[in-house]
Amino acid sequence: MPNPYPANSVGQVAPEVYQFDEPLELSCGRTLNQYELVVETYGQLNSDKSNAVLICHALSGHHHAAGYHAPGDTKPGWWDHYIGPGKAIDTDHFFVVALNNLGGCHGSTGPRSNNPDTGKIWGKGFPPLRVRDWVSSQARLADHLGIDCWAAVVGGSLGGMNAMRWALEYPDRVRHCVVIASAMKLSAQNIAFNEIARRAIKSDREYHDGEFLEHDTIPRDGLALARMIGHVTYLSDELMGVRFGRELRSGTFQPGLEAPVEFQVESYLRHQGDRFAQEFDANTYLLMTKILDYFDLAREYGDDPVQAFAHATCHFLVISFSSDWRFSPARSREIVDALIAANRDVSYATIESNMGHDAFLLPNDRYERVFRAYMMRVAQDTQAPAARSAQR
Amino acid sequence: MLRIDLDILQQWVSVGSRVLDLGCGDGALLHSLVENRRVEGYGLEIDSDQITACIERGVNVIEHDINEGLRNFKDKSFDTVIMTYSLQVLRRPDRVIDEMLRVGKECIVTFPNFGNIRTRGYLMLRGRMPVTRQLPYQWYDTPNIHFCTVRDFEALCREKNIRVMHRTSVTGRRPDRYFSRAWPNVFAEAAIYHLSNSQND
Repeated sequence: MPNPYPANSVGQVAPEVYQFDEPLELSCGRTLNQYELVVETYGQLNSDKSNAVLICHALSGHHHAAGYHAPGDTKPGWWDHYIGPGKAIDTDHFFVVALNNLGGCHGSTGPRSNNPDTGKIWGKGFPPLRVRDWVSSQARLADHLGIDCWAAVVGGSLGGMNAMRWALEYPDRVRHCVVIASAMKLSAQNIAFNEIARRAIKSDREYHDGEFLEHDTIPRDGLALARMIGHVTYLSDELMGVRFGRELRSGTFQPGLEAPVEFQVESYLRHQGDRFAQEFDANTYLLMTKILDYFDLAREYGDDPVQAFAHATCHFLVISFSSDWRFSPARSREIVDALIAANRDVSYATIESNMGHDAFLLPNDRYERVFRAYMMRVAQDTQAPAARSAQR
Repeated sequence: MLRIDLDILQQWVSVGSRVLDLGCGDGALLHSLVENRRVEGYGLEIDSDQITACIERGVNVIEHDINEGLRNFKDKSFDTVIMTYSLQVLRRPDRVIDEMLRVGKECIVTFPNFGNIRTRGYLMLRGRMPVTRQLPYQWYDTPNIHFCTVRDFEALCREKNIRVMHRTSVTGRRPDRYFSRAWPNVFAEAAIYHLSNSQND
């Protein structure tokens, strides 16, 4: 049978579910007695298990980062541009692990799952999480896969925060940390946007104080509105101008005609919101935005990011995008400055792009070159110990 | 960069020190300093291809326009701040030198000497802007906007009360090498200065 997928794709992939029965103590003080994580992997783990790369997803991401689930799939995984044979995260070199984080709604334990203690759906009762809880659950996953040390932990946006937390929590288990379009903490403006999104969800009559699944419904409008707000902030003014301008989808401004006018951008946003509302869980959205808001890399290090990064030992690559106003280049530069002051190895590039925050997901020649060059170094570091032991 | 500059420059960088290289290019100098002097080094660069080249080499590189200053770096946060052959492309070289001396305990600056006899001869005899081995550009496409001579640079150091710890002239041609010791302003193709703040004494 001919391969129906592009040559540089990881091809057909299938998620796996891992069950963890050892209780996980959460930073809120509560304990998850058991949980499941849904995981996809691409490439082969080498014999000394030194070539594993962990992909940390952003707010609405999941485990399906690359490849296709079925031949009919119209879209590959969310980071397929950068994960695959010969791509920046080259699956010919690396064993790539992508998971849906705890609290998610794509198969890992989260608000949509059953609470084994009550036999009911967790819903809004799901414990509030912090990024560090993700890190501990991901460390358990690494243990399960036999990975002592990640060749690299890579993430964009909220995923970048996840990656940085790894570097601080488990310094001896991360060799490289790639932080893309991220920040050490959200700005007030950022928190404000998240609160608007949460308010939109909670104001929906179908929200039922978080128990919408018991009422056999979902707060579709609220979730769609939350996504529309978010989506606008992930794009740049310039990009929206280029992509939609003031183009009309229907109607006309011709005098004497009263047909209702609809701009292309209205229709686009509505479509994005509706599609999102169909697949995403409202409680997960509330949970994830709170995780974002509460993250503060240096909080427990005397609010001093230099102190915080003094605990890391890995090498860092930090990337930002010129038109990203949600996680602006200035936020990335703060990470870089703290790393330099802490005497850590770091490289930094600001990629010219008009794609806004979403640029980290999209094709961009320079981004790809920088990312690829760095990951080649990671691959060389990975091979070096193996080559040395072969010589012995 | 000439091999000989590199050798001179390396002597002035202490083993295990913290180094910031402004306009680090493809990272060759930093790479050599890391290998030979075990420095903790960072390069600043704005050219995207050079940045990729640094990353390929495993050299720490930060995308940063030196013309914007060095606000991101604290006072005396580096042992040595180096700038090789970038002085002449800056909008305000004097301010950048101030910044280098603020951020670094010591600085090393290299620049092409516009007072070199060949440059002088070129302009005097041909009446055209000099195009030489060190300065291979035409007047209209050159990135070099602020030329100086060895004597100009000495004057700037005096004016700013900068302490010159070492100075060396560089030339690729053997006879010039001999003369440039006596008359650096005429025979040096380039100059290397090792600087610090006077109040450091």
